[in-house]
Amino acid sequence: MRREGSALAGAGTVMMKELGDNLSSTRMRLLELLIFLTGAGAVYATIGEVRDAVGEDPFVFLRIFTTAKGETLPSFAAFLGFLIPIVSIALGFDSVNSEFNGKTMSRILAQPIYRDALLFGKFMAGLTTLAVMLSALWIFVIGLAILMLGLPPGTEEVMRGFAFLIAAIAYGGVWLGLAMLFSVAFRSAATAALASLAVWLLFAFFWTMLVTQITPLLAPVDPYNPMSILHTVEVGQALSRLSPNTLFAETAMAFLNPGTRSLGLVLQSQMQGAIAGPLPFSESVALVWPQVTGLLATVIGLFTVAYVMFQRQEVRA
Amino acid sequence: MSEPVIRTQQLTKAYGARLAVDKLDLTIEPGEVFGLLGPNGAGKTTTILMLLGLTEPTSGTAMVAGFDPLRQPLEVKRRVGYMPDQVGFYDNMTGVANLRYTAKLCGFSNKEADERIANALARVRLTEAGQRAVAGYSRGMRQRLAIAEILMKGASIAILDEPTGGLDPQSTREFLELIRSLKKDGMTILLSSHMLELVQSVCDRVALFSQGKIGLMGRVEDLLRNVLGGSHIIRIEAQGEGLEGALAAVPGVTRVTHEGSGLRIEASGDIRAQIARAVVGAGGDLTMMDAGHASLEDVYARFFEGIPNAA
Repeated sequence: MRREGSALAGAGTVMMKELGDNLSSTRMRLLELLIFLTGAGAVYATIGEVRDAVGEDPFVFLRIFTTAKGETLPSFAAFLGFLIPIVSIALGFDSVNSEFNGKTMSRILAQPIYRDALLFGKFMAGLTTLAVMLSALWIFVIGLAILMLGLPPGTEEVMRGFAFLIAAIAYGGVWLGLAMLFSVAFRSAATAALASLAVWLLFAFFWTMLVTQITPLLAPVDPYNPMSILHTVEVGQALSRLSPNTLFAETAMAFLNPGTRSLGLVLQSQMQGAIAGPLPFSESVALVWPQVTGLLATVIGLFTVAYVMFQRQEVRA
Repeated sequence: MSEPVIRTQQLTKAYGARLAVDKLDLTIEPGEVFGLLGPNGAGKTTTILMLLGLTEPTSGTAMVAGFDPLRQPLEVKRRVGYMPDQVGFYDNMTGVANLRYTAKLCGFSNKEADERIANALARVRLTEAGQRAVAGYSRGMRQRLAIAEILMKGASIAILDEPTGGLDPQSTREFLELIRSLKKDGMTILLSSHMLELVQSVCDRVALFSQGKIGLMGRVEDLLRNVLGGSHIIRIEAQGEGLEGALAAVPGVTRVTHEGSGLRIEASGDIRAQIARAVVGAGGDLTMMDAGHASLEDVYARFFEGIPNAA
């Protein structure tokens, strides 16, 4: 049966209202403070090592993002891989269930809008908040690096950095989608938050362990067949790529380290005759295209599930 | 007679095997105040949600203001103001900001919205409070803000679900005045409630709901006459053995029931004298007698008496 009228009428209004809520909430202030301090700290700590590499590396600027200070301090990109999910979850975990708990849902849905507009507006507001925050952080870090290194980034460095920013937003979208899905599925905001954090914990810490345990079971190494080792490694890699964290880490590596030629297994024979050197930007993009597509597909997939669930939900609390 | 503003035909909603609303036929004329009465869980809210297109009926059709809520929900929702049971607003926003959000959702321009909001708030006497955050509002103020929202929208139909739930008597009275003034503006009002006195005082017609079906429907006076046979209700307090039997034997008495410490007698006419005589004749001490007209409460009590799990 066809419904009349645009499904997205009112989505802009919902988005602007939610955006205002997001940007002015104490919760976001705290997270912004945290993430900016982390960014500044990471850059400040690594700048000494990066400075030493000036003149050796044509992409010295990108090292700001990827250099880890010894064993103790992870790189800025690694920090982001860690913090973006938290920010996204904070943005999404109570977006739908708070409307039910505040008894505002039926009143808002009695206005001339479809449910689609409410969910879509909320999702776009979350994504926009994330994009604004990450872009600000990105500019802040680059500005800091220009000040401390005393040299501007090259065109390709800016392009690579920008591609990284886009990937970071997509990665955030995955977690936002997940948090919103849980906010539709669970009436209690606390349950939704804990469920989202549990998934995050799984992928951030336990996934690697799980993969090393599961892989030999799925694809055991046959001691008489050396090619089976290859198979085992491939299975392990496929499993670990189910994690959005892996996808993001690989994307970051390809964009920020132009020397990355392959994200999979490379045999000695394949490397024969290869000249070490940075890949052009377009080649790096081609290299991580599947990863970026995977992230975007996950965002769309999660949103779709949340959407279907929300459409079928009873309005009465 | 003009076209009815709300009309349902065989409207049915099933949750699994349970029928929340069972083949409902309802017609509401323009300018009418219509009351849906019934115990909690009788299907009142479900009916309202179906009228707004917020819940899909299992079968049957509904027409609201000439539109089908299932296919043209936006048109319906543009014309209908809805105040849900336990209405909520965004606590961190002011009353005005809450209404402005709704106004934007309705598609009003900023200038038009400001004008409509100011008028609506003045009407419900929230002009000053409108500048404060809703978090500090009392229950009654929230209800009035919800009415302001309906006024601001320019709705021609108002659907109020349990509008006086949780209000103190003073707020309830004020709220009733507000409903009457809406009626004067020509608004059609559908309200659901289990507050019988309230419904009796404002509604033109009522429908008694029970387990998804309408048991009784009609004007309040007609219901009183039809259900109770135009009976008089006489309450007495008397001490003595076997009074009930003696009273039941008095000609004209249709029913005798216990009510509090006394007895409640339904009779076809004013037979106070005969009753007094019967009490005394049975050796009882009559200490109090009071005759009153039947109220909707009596109808309700009579109607739901035979229904298990009701009320």
